[in-house]
Parts: sequence; structure tokens; C-alpha cells
Amino acid sequence: MTDEPLVLGIETSCDETGVGIVRGHTLLADAVASSVDEHARFGGVVPEVASRAHLEAMVPTIQRALKEAGVAASDLDGIAVTAGPGLAGALLVGVAAAKAYAYALGKPLYGVNHLASHICVDQLEHGALPEPTMALLVSGGHSSLLLAPDITSDVRPLGSTIDDAAGEAFDKVARVLGLGFPGGPVVDRYAREGDPAAIRFPRGLTGPRDPVYDFSFSGLKTAVARWVEERRREGKEVPVADVAASFQEAVTDVLTRKAIRACKDNGVDHLMIGGGVAANSRLRSMAAERCADAGIRLRVPRPKLCTDNGAMVAALGAEMVARGRAASDWELPADSSLPVTEPHVPGAGGALDAHTALHTAGHGHTH
Amino acid sequence: MLLLAFDTATPAITAAVHDGTAVVAESTVVDARRHGELLLPSVDKVLAEAGASLSDVTGVVVGVGPGPYTGLRVGLVTAAAFGDALGVPVHGLCTLDGLAHAAGASGTVGEGPFVVATDARRKEVYWARYEGPGRRVTDPAVDRPADIAERVAGLPAVGAGAALYPEVFTDVRPPADQSAGALASLAAQRLATGGEFLPALPLYLRRPDAQVPAGYKAVLPK
Ligand SMILES: [Zn+2]
Repeated sequence: MTDEPLVLGIETSCDETGVGIVRGHTLLADAVASSVDEHARFGGVVPEVASRAHLEAMVPTIQRALKEAGVAASDLDGIAVTAGPGLAGALLVGVAAAKAYAYALGKPLYGVNHLASHICVDQLEHGALPEPTMALLVSGGHSSLLLAPDITSDVRPLGSTIDDAAGEAFDKVARVLGLGFPGGPVVDRYAREGDPAAIRFPRGLTGPRDPVYDFSFSGLKTAVARWVEERRREGKEVPVADVAASFQEAVTDVLTRKAIRACKDNGVDHLMIGGGVAANSRLRSMAAERCADAGIRLRVPRPKLCTDNGAMVAALGAEMVARGRAASDWELPADSSLPVTEPHVPGAGGALDAHTALHTAGHGHTH
Repeated sequence: MLLLAFDTATPAITAAVHDGTAVVAESTVVDARRHGELLLPSVDKVLAEAGASLSDVTGVVVGVGPGPYTGLRVGLVTAAAFGDALGVPVHGLCTLDGLAHAAGASGTVGEGPFVVATDARRKEVYWARYEGPGRRVTDPAVDRPADIAERVAGLPAVGAGAALYPEVFTDVRPPADQSAGALASLAAQRLATGGEFLPALPLYLRRPDAQVPAGYKAVLPK
């Protein structure tokens, strides 16, 4: 077991400063410092506030993760970091920190893709990913259906949102209902007391001629706002729990329907769901029911591993090491729009190869 | 003593190695948008030129700004990470003090009053006033040049920020860009004389831009 790669991962693409440590598929530490409370009064993540918080939290969070894992930094086999996509200024703090630690410790650096990391984190929960893996990623920043024959080198987008991300719709509906930010957890909580069939909200892009795997949540969000405003205009009380439950039902209905369709069409018998919205209780229960009916094995990590965290970055970094993928070089840029088709950002070679070789020789590893 | 110094608070990505007596290697690249990409290669280059490795370094010196945020953080987080990973102290210095020290060392300013100004973007400068290169007499500030015209009138001015506003800074002198070599020399001098350093925390001098949304926008017509 100990010859599985020991990797530290750094995630700073949005408002969580995450540092995780894994050994192969085993989670050793998952330290997170969040600036979410600082953003709440703005009703959304403020990039400059997030970047400032990352700088303050970076070293303490690394120290906490190493302590939690009970490993020495010198024992690491590599340092992985989210190179993108995400907020440019926020990513930059993590990338610069990862380079500095990798350089100071003499370890290879792996700039990895945030979306592929959301998928790979499930290896920490349910073991090796099946190949291919069908993944539904849903969060405040993304809503995609991805088919991954090899999480380190081959991730194919099947569909994605054409307007708002699913998590954004939760935030906006929470704002319409006056429930605060972030919207996901609070809408989920109210929805538990409500009737999901009380109001029939529209299911975007589910018509016979609509793109099969793409999503749209903008119309749904507007429909909810319209419904609520009409009630208020008529002087009636707004049944918050029913609205929350009916909205959530519409979102999860579309997400699970399209994901299962994608599995069937592509002959894949597993479905992985990740991203912050995968922490939603109704999405988890509906996906479980529908997957069971369709004979598909569902893999959803525990909620803490679904939201942004460093462990997911470490998990993908460990897989890069295990599969002998090329390390990144010291010029690694933070790329706010890194395409999902690039699971990592390999370097041009040179310095880092020598570096890696030296390290590998020193520890007698053969990957 | 072996100091590794760098500064990313201005458009320059500058790194240097100082052995306690003199600067033994320096690299300065001006590229306002690639601090994150270029800092580590610059550090690697100056260490190689100095024939040293990072583990030989006894202290890290970093410019703490003031500077436009994104680039500034690259230097600070790198310094903090080096300090943590190597277990060496991180010495913060005001970026403007580095420019003042460089101007003094090259003789472009004397012991009299002068100002240092760097580009703060948005038609503003970061600036401070000095009485001789080693003595800053105002806190670093961010202002529109026109608003400080009277306070800097007729004074020699150092830094690329001054050169942008010749109507306000009428006596612009070199250097324009920050040099980590100068920053390292200043740090070596302070270490030798027991002078003080700043914590390695950013001098932003501005609050983050953030709009508080006024409720939500209604979808129904009024
Ligand atoms: Zn995410």
C-alpha cells in the first residue's frame, strides 16, 4: 500500500481554500478554509475577496492538512493544483503556492483540471473509477455530462448548460425567496417540508427536438420568480417550502433523466455525480431510485467531497503519478477557462523530467 | 548569509540572490500579465547563476507592495510557501523602499527630498515621499496624480508611475522598474544594522471592488 503515490492537492478555483492529501485511493487529510461568509452579504462570490482570503489561508491550510495526515512534506511524491477552470485571480494564488512548495521540496508539480478532479474524488470513496465513467457534474459554476474513458487523459463533454449552472439557479431562487446565500443548502432544507408536486415548473430542454444532453436552467429560474411575484402582487402568502420543493424537483428531474439517458445511450452501467449540487438530498435520492430502476450503479461521494476541496485535486494528482503522466513545468499558467478535455497541463519536458527522475531514483519508485 | 529576494508588486517580475556582501545574481522581466508564470523560472535562474540551491537560502526577502492585487499575491504566497517549506524567515519590505534604495545607490537622488511612484492603474499611483533614499517620511498611499500635485511639485520622482504623469512629476529620474537586487541590498543592510522588516502581508491600500446587489431584479413588468 505504501508504494501508492502520496500526493498533496491544492484547490483555490472559487471561494474555498482546499488542501487535501491522499495516498493512492486513500484519503488522509481534507483541510478547507472557506470565505463563503464574507461573500454572503454580496449575494455571490466576489473574486477579489476570495483571492485575498486564499492568500491568508494558504500556508495555515497546508500545515493543517500535513498535520491531519500525519505525513512529512518531504515524503510527498508530488504536488497537484487546480490549474483551471475557475476565477483567474483565485487560481493564481493556489498555482503560485503549489509551484513554490514543489520547488522547495523538490517534488514534481501537476496542474490539473478542476472538473476532472470532481470526478476523480470518487476514487477516495468507492475505489478505482470504472472505465469509462459517466459523470454528471453540477455546481454553482458547472453543469455537465462527461464521459471519461481515462480520467488522466481522455475526458469527453457530452452536454452542458446553455445558460445558468444548476447551482446558480439555486442561488437565484433562494434570493427570490429571500433565503440568503448560498442557495443550495437552504433550498434543500426548506424543500424537505414542502410538496414537490405543488407547482409544475418547466423542465428545460426536454422537448423531442431539444439537445439530448444539454441543460438550461434560466427559464426555470424565471418561471419561479414570476410565480412568486404574482403571488406577492395578489397579496397572497408565498408557500416557500412548496416553491423550494417544486423548483428542486424540476432541477433534479432534468438532471437525472438526462444522465440516465446518457448512460443508456453510451452503454455505461455506472453513473458518478459530483460537484456542490451533488450534496442536494433530493438529487441523491432521486438518482438512487432512477439508477436502481435502470440497472445503473450510482456513485456519489459524501457531501464534503462533492463541494470544492483539495482532496479531489490530490486524488487526480495521485492518478497522474500512478499512470506516469508528465509533470507540469514551472511556467504552468493559471487558466480560468481550461477546457474540460485537458485533464492536466503537462509541461514541455526538460527541467521537470530530470527533477522527477531524480526524485524517483531517490525513493526507488517504479510507476 | 544567502538571501533570495523577489518582488511582483509592479509590472516587473524581479528576483535576485545576495550573499550578504553583494548581489550575486539578478533577473528582471517586465510583463505585467505573467507574474504567475514567470516568477518561479526567474527564481530558478538566479539560484542557478549564483551556483546555489534553494536549500542554501537563509532568508527570503519579498516586496509587499503596494501593488495591483493579482500580481502582488504571486510574490507573497511564494515567499510564504518558501518560508514554510524551508523553515527560513521571510522579510517583508515596502516595494517603494526598494526603488528608493536603488535610486540612492545609483546616485540619481541625493540626501534631499524626493518621491517614489508606481503605477496603481485606474489613473492612480502608489507613492511615498522620502528624505534621502533610506528615509521614507510618509506612509505609502494611492492617489490620483492631480490630487497630490502640490505635495510633489518640483521634487525628483523615481518609478514608472511617475513617468506616466509628466504634468505632475516634472523631474522624473531612473530607475523606472523595481529591482530585486536593490531590495536584497536594502534587506542585507537592515539585517546588518538590526533594522526592522514588515510582515509579509500585502499592502493593497484599496478595498476590494464589490457591489452589494439591491435585492433581486424582478422579472414581471412594473
Ligand atoms: Zn467545483
